[in-house]
Amino acid sequence: MKFSLNKITLKEILSKNKPLIVLLILCLTMAMLNDRFWTWGNIVTVLRQTSINAVIATGMTFTILVGGIDLSVGSVLAICGAIAATLIASGMDAALVVLITLMLGLSIGLVNGLLISKGRLQPFIATLGTMTLLRGLTLVYTQGKPISTSSPSGSQSFSNIGTGYFLGIPIPVFIMLLVFIIAYYILKHLRMGRYIYALGSNEEATMYSGIKIDNVKFFVYGAAGLLAALGSIILTARLGSAQPTAGMGYELDAIAAVVLGGTSMSGGVGTIYGTAIGAMIIGLLNNALNLLQVPSYFQDVAKGIVILIAVLLDRKQKASR
Amino acid sequence: MAEVLVSMRNITKDFSGVTVLKNVHFNIYKGKIMALVGENGAGKSTLMKILTGVYTKTSGEVYLDGSPVNFSNTKDSQNHGIAIIHQELNLVQHLSIAENIFLGREPVTKARNINWKKLYADSQKGLDILGLKENPRELIKNLSVGKQQLIEIAKALSLNAKILIMDEPTGALTVSETKRLFGVIKELKSKGHSIVYISHRLKEIFEICDDVTVLRDGAFIAEKSIQDTDEDKIIEMMVGRKLSEQYPRVPGNPGEIVLEVKGLTNQFVQEVSFYLREGEILGISGLMGAGRTELMRTIYGIYKMDKGEIFINGKKVAIHNSTDALNHGIAYVSEDRKANGIVLGLNVRENITLAALKSFSGKFGNIGMDKEEDSARSYMESMSIKASGTKQLLKYLSGGNQQKVSIAKNLNTRPRILILDEPTRGVDVGAKKEIYDLINKFKQGGMSIIMISSEIPEILGMSDRIMVMHEGRVMGTIFIKDATQETIMSLAVGKEVSKT
Repeated sequence: MKFSLNKITLKEILSKNKPLIVLLILCLTMAMLNDRFWTWGNIVTVLRQTSINAVIATGMTFTILVGGIDLSVGSVLAICGAIAATLIASGMDAALVVLITLMLGLSIGLVNGLLISKGRLQPFIATLGTMTLLRGLTLVYTQGKPISTSSPSGSQSFSNIGTGYFLGIPIPVFIMLLVFIIAYYILKHLRMGRYIYALGSNEEATMYSGIKIDNVKFFVYGAAGLLAALGSIILTARLGSAQPTAGMGYELDAIAAVVLGGTSMSGGVGTIYGTAIGAMIIGLLNNALNLLQVPSYFQDVAKGIVILIAVLLDRKQKASR
Repeated sequence: MAEVLVSMRNITKDFSGVTVLKNVHFNIYKGKIMALVGENGAGKSTLMKILTGVYTKTSGEVYLDGSPVNFSNTKDSQNHGIAIIHQELNLVQHLSIAENIFLGREPVTKARNINWKKLYADSQKGLDILGLKENPRELIKNLSVGKQQLIEIAKALSLNAKILIMDEPTGALTVSETKRLFGVIKELKSKGHSIVYISHRLKEIFEICDDVTVLRDGAFIAEKSIQDTDEDKIIEMMVGRKLSEQYPRVPGNPGEIVLEVKGLTNQFVQEVSFYLREGEILGISGLMGAGRTELMRTIYGIYKMDKGEIFINGKKVAIHNSTDALNHGIAYVSEDRKANGIVLGLNVRENITLAALKSFSGKFGNIGMDKEEDSARSYMESMSIKASGTKQLLKYLSGGNQQKVSIAKNLNTRPRILILDEPTRGVDVGAKKEIYDLINKFKQGGMSIIMISSEIPEILGMSDRIMVMHEGRVMGTIFIKDATQETIMSLAVGKEVSKT
């Protein structure tokens, strides 16, 4: 790692860690306001609650980096969860269910990719369509009722994915960390990662450089679908059932996490590190508002205000650079 | 001597420490046509932007009718009767002629609605003055470029402009459209309007201008009455050195035919056939819209071809996209580097390796950062790319350095055929010379080069053979020993010349 440390200036450190500063301020404020906040139990809870949004937001980061967006992730989560719950309840092996669910999410993502690359649809429109379509399919499939994962043969290994611990840390937290590390490696060290940044910054120049940009689009939307399916597995395993309305509004939390992490909505600029911090900020906010017993209707108001302030701070700083 | 309407004295302009104009003088006489000539980057546009208030001068004075003026924006200069017609037309394609002429100044009724009746009537008057038969309700997009040029003039006249500045007005016009424009210009002159005529085409200047001002490298060289000078003298003043010095021609040793195109036809070009030898530079000349860029982009796989064949080293190849082209050893340096040549949001290193990233990465697509860094460094050194380091973002580099990065990116794919589309556009004079030297070096190294250029001196200075296009067709190919400005120009405007 000889190539990184020498040229980084103080300004860069500050600008790169702006979201981290917001996160720390939130932590400190909460620690002062509520003595239950700074307990191991609560911290673990925050991390576990964050994990699903973090996993989905990682996929969202890919799509936003190429200048696109994926609105369908919440609906993908719902249908994948319903299928996973049905399969588990039928007594199928948990590992196989996980595999099938992930493949389903990946396939839906690739369909999004197909609509956007070959079908030349705007990402917003294409995924708005699949979002609505998949939500409808989920409601039709579930008849609007939850599907329980309980089966006669028992499904402990499946529910462990959502509720289990390893070394005192919840399994979903490990999954989240693993996703972050893989995504970081892809963006930083793989050719695909470089193409993602290039495509997001200048699609035409990337195409002129002999890069098959359709493949890059398939990759990012496939990844977004796959990670939404992963989120559905964690959620369904934890709740022990799949809700037909699961994942509603998750796409917005994911987008908020990505943007809070400093990723540009117009593409080409952003990091997984930023998204990780952004997801933490949102998870922490949810937790804080609960601990402070803010009435649920006001929670969204408070969340919206914090997101706007954080993004405005980031914006100002970028403009003044 | 005629009455002086505008007098610019000792105009100096600095852009963040770089002097682009130094003590320049410029006069516009009442009822006369003043030509403003100079190479690209000589400072013509900057000078006109100062006159029209787009830029503020660093020092110097501007007098209008004898009193000092200092315009702070174009509206200001418009109000004083100065209008500029840019090379790139500023018309809204999906609005009508009338709406364009009065854009932002639409006549209104008492109720503040647009007074369409008056709008069309006034527009009609404007069109009549120029002898245009078009309906003011016609959409701009349905007009030819030449007509659009005249609409720009109608717009300027509707602003009561006394002084019209025209920047390369004939760049995209056909011969008959040019004739028409000249008729209008002469008519305006006889009505007492003053005109500044910026053009590279010296023939035109001798046809319609009264006086000429020459700039070179941001300095004032001379103001002459057109009768007291001739083309050669003006070229000498413009260049300030012999052509041979600016384009250091190196002897070529053309080898086998590496690329052959036969009967290529699509929506842009008709039945284009040509060949390219190893170690030669084939210059492609023609006016704007002749289909040169489109032809090369078709060969590079960007546009589909409907008919025709491409042979590389005698073997027929199928090129469906840029990936195929690069695999066949064809690289293309775009004329529009910001749109499709480079990625401004990536750094120097990432741009230089972008098209050849496969050769820098391992089995699993993991990039060898050290190898990449070495490559970027060696190109920065060999091409003297000025940047703070390999990690500087492209958007902070000057045009010339961006262009070199764009060329380096393509060289990294190890092409045998290098297509350079306007390689020195928007590049300053010093960097131009460096790029010419590089191109010559490639040629001596046995690379086969196609160079599109709109600057005829550049084409004459660099090419071994010159292919001239007009409206999507090849009008002729001439060896450099037979080529002159005149032969190229007459082919470019579609005139048949006796075969050489």
